[in-house]
Amino acid sequence: MAYEAKFRVWRGDDSDGELRDYLVEVNEGEVVLDIIHRLQATQTPDLAVRWNCKAGKCGSCSAEINGRPRLLCMTRMSTFTEDETVTVTPMRTFPVVRDLVTDVSFNYTKAREVPSFAPPPGVAPGEYRMLQVDVERSQEFRKCIECFLCQNTCHVVRDHEENKENFAGPRYLMRVAELEMHPLDSADRVAAAQDEHGLGFCNITKCCSEVCPEHIAITDNALIPMKERVADRKYDPIVWLGDKLFRRG
Amino acid sequence: MTSGVGAPTRAKITARTLRTDRWWLPPLMTNLGLLAFVVYATIRSFMGKWYWVGEYGYLTPFYSPCLSDSCLPGASHFGTPLPELPGWVPLGFIALPFLLGFRLTCYYYRKAYYRSVWQSPPACAVAEPHGSYSGETRLPLVVQNAHRYFFYVAVLVSVVNTYDAVVAFTHGLGLGNVILLVNVVLLWAYTVSCHSCRHVVGGRLKHFSKHPVRYRAWTLVSRLNARHMQLAWTTLGTLVLTDLYVMLVASGAISDLRII
Ligand code: SF4
Ligand code: SF4
Ligand code: FES
Repeated sequence: MAYEAKFRVWRGDDSDGELRDYLVEVNEGEVVLDIIHRLQATQTPDLAVRWNCKAGKCGSCSAEINGRPRLLCMTRMSTFTEDETVTVTPMRTFPVVRDLVTDVSFNYTKAREVPSFAPPPGVAPGEYRMLQVDVERSQEFRKCIECFLCQNTCHVVRDHEENKENFAGPRYLMRVAELEMHPLDSADRVAAAQDEHGLGFCNITKCCSEVCPEHIAITDNALIPMKERVADRKYDPIVWLGDKLFRRG
Repeated sequence: MTSGVGAPTRAKITARTLRTDRWWLPPLMTNLGLLAFVVYATIRSFMGKWYWVGEYGYLTPFYSPCLSDSCLPGASHFGTPLPELPGWVPLGFIALPFLLGFRLTCYYYRKAYYRSVWQSPPACAVAEPHGSYSGETRLPLVVQNAHRYFFYVAVLVSVVNTYDAVVAFTHGLGLGNVILLVNVVLLWAYTVSCHSCRHVVGGRLKHFSKHPVRYRAWTLVSRLNARHMQLAWTTLGTLVLTDLYVMLVASGAISDLRII
């Protein structure tokens, strides 16, 4: 059934802004992005919002709904009661451009800081052969849609602007883990995970995993296994000695 | 809050969070749960009595292994290499610090107390109250990386607890046996589901295909590992229940329900 919903949407740019109230029509089966589009069509033609697929696959429409980092296109209106006010703001970790649009270039910078896939010498593209059991673990991480909700929610940078320089964030620490676990990657990424990408900042409080729309077990399957590898290398004298004495695969 | 969500380039929103759900409830419950356990465990560890039911061979895990001459006769399954202890030393003092260390450095408990006790962060997308943050990059928290060593000791203690539970069966069968057994099975499940264990058995390998046995072990541990939080809380509960049962029977407050 159609009803009028109370919406509070953050409007502004990098100099100033505020939450503004709107009454908008909602129909059965709609998602928050539909309502934002209706707002654009009927009341606020200049409302800025980024979106593309409306299917939870492009990762463009990340925002915060009632304070929770979510995809606008994957948040059903049926999860709210009819008299509930739905508050929509841009992601609060990245610089705001206008309204619901943020500048996510932090993430591109961090992505570039991870050295790319390094196949063993002498193996040309097209000659890559690997077994499914070996590549399976890293495939989970390939489900990522680059929505940056995890990067936005991680308190290491969300609550501490100054850490942005030294912390790659869950998405890119997961990228390091993906390559480290990849059967054909020959680079050694363990020390860099701690020293350059800031894995030690993560205190495994799992907010990245909680908000990931792809339900990737970022903390359990990428970050903690990387922390254990770092412990092998840097904090475990016995493993260190073992690795010196015997080569392992 | 000028450094975090209040930083100059970000959307100007003064609220610490706009969450409308009861985000403060889980950290509160965690605090209450942890506090209850710590209070109970401290009192019981220092109590120095009602830890052993000689007639049925029940020994509470809080006093195991009991290795000193102060232990009640029969409670020392591994002999008494240590002399009498002053009254203020808990009789289980050999294992207790390691068990405490195991849980303190456990990846699940870290999450739990970082969120609830230290509020870092109290809940997702709720600004933490601290001005600066270095996480586990340096002392003291970098010590959390020693978790695997506590895991190794915890395995030994689980063996000891298993031995205690098995020895109790030589005295017949009662409800206490069932409780000790269930407790020990769950303790194993919690210990084996540890993230360090998952890494050690196979997670550290690059090519599972070259190590089929370890891959199998890793798969099993991974399955348990997904339940690590539930096991962490369940075992706190069973530890208290087991100890409470032994205490009540040992003090004569209740009598053991005998099956055989
Ligand atoms: S688990 Fe680590 S990376 Fe993920 S949100 Fe928490 S601190 Fe950030
Ligand atoms: S890991 Fe999940 S939350 Fe993070 S960017 Fe990828 S899809 Fe989004
Ligand atoms: S519009 Fe593509 S993920 Fe929402």
